[in-house]
Amino acid sequence: MNPPVIIKFVIDLLAVLLLALGIKGLSKVKSARDANRLAAFAMSLSVVGLLSYYLSTSGIAIQSWIWIIIGSIIGSLFGAILAKKVPMTSMPETVALFNGCGGMSSLLVALGVAIFPISDVQENFDFFKSLINEVSISVSIFVGAITFTGSIVAMAKLQGWLSTPVWTQSKVRHFVNIVFAVASLIAFFDLIKGNTSSIWLLVIVSSLLGIGVTLPIGGADMPVVISLLNSYSGIAAAAAGFVVDSQLLIVAGAMVGAAGLILTQVMCKGMNRSLVSVLFGGSLSAQSTASSGSGEYTNITSCSVEECALTLEAANKVIIVPGYGLAVAQAQHTLREVTKKLEQNGIEVVYAIHPVAGRMPGHMNVLLAEADVPYEQLKEMDVVNPDFPATDVVLVLGANDVVNPQAKNDSSSPLYGMPVLDVQEARTVFVIKRGMSAGYSGIKNDLFDLPNTSMVFGDAKKVLNDLIGELKDLGVGEK
Amino acid sequence: MSFISLLWVLLLGSLLGLELIGKVPPTLHTPLMSGANAISGITMLAALTLIVKAEGNVPLLIIGSVSLGFALFNVVGGFFVTDRMLAMFSRKPSNKK
Repeated sequence: MNPPVIIKFVIDLLAVLLLALGIKGLSKVKSARDANRLAAFAMSLSVVGLLSYYLSTSGIAIQSWIWIIIGSIIGSLFGAILAKKVPMTSMPETVALFNGCGGMSSLLVALGVAIFPISDVQENFDFFKSLINEVSISVSIFVGAITFTGSIVAMAKLQGWLSTPVWTQSKVRHFVNIVFAVASLIAFFDLIKGNTSSIWLLVIVSSLLGIGVTLPIGGADMPVVISLLNSYSGIAAAAAGFVVDSQLLIVAGAMVGAAGLILTQVMCKGMNRSLVSVLFGGSLSAQSTASSGSGEYTNITSCSVEECALTLEAANKVIIVPGYGLAVAQAQHTLREVTKKLEQNGIEVVYAIHPVAGRMPGHMNVLLAEADVPYEQLKEMDVVNPDFPATDVVLVLGANDVVNPQAKNDSSSPLYGMPVLDVQEARTVFVIKRGMSAGYSGIKNDLFDLPNTSMVFGDAKKVLNDLIGELKDLGVGEK
Repeated sequence: MSFISLLWVLLLGSLLGLELIGKVPPTLHTPLMSGANAISGITMLAALTLIVKAEGNVPLLIIGSVSLGFALFNVVGGFFVTDRMLAMFSRKPSNKK
């Protein structure tokens, strides 16, 4: 081994070590931020390592430098701008977009190598090596394309640019997707046999497969899909590593792929869904409204903001249950003002965070942190559930399925078995909601019918603003 | 590198990934996903290799450059956005407690 090879080897090893430490550190609140920077540093280190290796061996042509600089400046600039500008509420679709672009990158690398074989590979041509090369190119294209189109569809659906077409809820879609899958396989084998032109067939059908698989999936399941696609983009990177013969790529890609799978599983558990039903079951709402009539509400009590404020004023302990609706209304800051007033009056305020509150696991924590809610006031479900019986008032803000007692009481309910917050145990429950529409699952919420539940109808932000006014009139929080 | 040793690398990398994400508090799921997502942009190295080895082949240079752009979009954006999320967490404990 000559010096440049050894140096690159050492740098790569160091980069892998730092990346692993980075992922590890990201799983603890205290170290997460430093860990993220460490991972970023490891990535830049790997770039320096690669470039210095080429500089000291084959050299880098000026033309190459130009294209490197063009590509990096444009990519980094757009990435940085988007990352700075995007509101915290649209985090899921942002991650999806980034992820899709990672997949696109792997796809393009494989395409480039396939169309214009790199000189190295051709020099010591032997059958076995070229077979591996063809296979890794095909895998990289296949997974990369699925990641790209899947992520873009996921993003578009989360943004509300795309809805779920009706035909995708019928059995037809399985047939369509099987056709795409089989066509990809045919293209795959054709490619390995040496028919390079079928590469375009592979690109097209795997892109269509990515769309076909993601399109039928409902909004509630989208986070799981994004996490899964994130795992795919790792696999695509690993496959690209085989294409260009880079261990670093393979290790990093495999790490992300495996970590993404674990995260996907954790998310599925939190939503009481299996990965299989997420991927092949279609949108939950379409299913349940078709199978079981959701039933009518018989005992709805609605109340005014004023009543709500009066009850809050008299309370000793209040638990807030924030949900997706709060995120959509961007009302987290207004909510924080309400709770500040309550706290100033000596009322104990706690936020109950369901594992899948918001639009992604942990998303609600991010949103509340943005609104300056102290970290200690955010309680996880298992910690907060025993507290509900001793609670005077529960404010449910834009959450629905996660507070549905059916999940505990009704074994025939599709929600049965899902971990929920036992808000009905509290003395009074206020549900702030725009209307009587059902949650993601499309299932009637028994909570709303309970005698200790009152509905406050209206947009979360507006209701909270009114609430601030009412509390002010009552002299709450003004000493 | 022989193919077999690359397969070993793949296997050990996967096991490492499985091990690393043992228990994560739900709070960190979103930042973790976004951070891991940024790391998957490591394909930028493959794109760089492509450009360096293109030897004046302009279409290949363009493909490599576009690929590099997509990868860096993923990497830079991913790390920044993760940092933005995590900055909100780390600010809290110092205020109280």
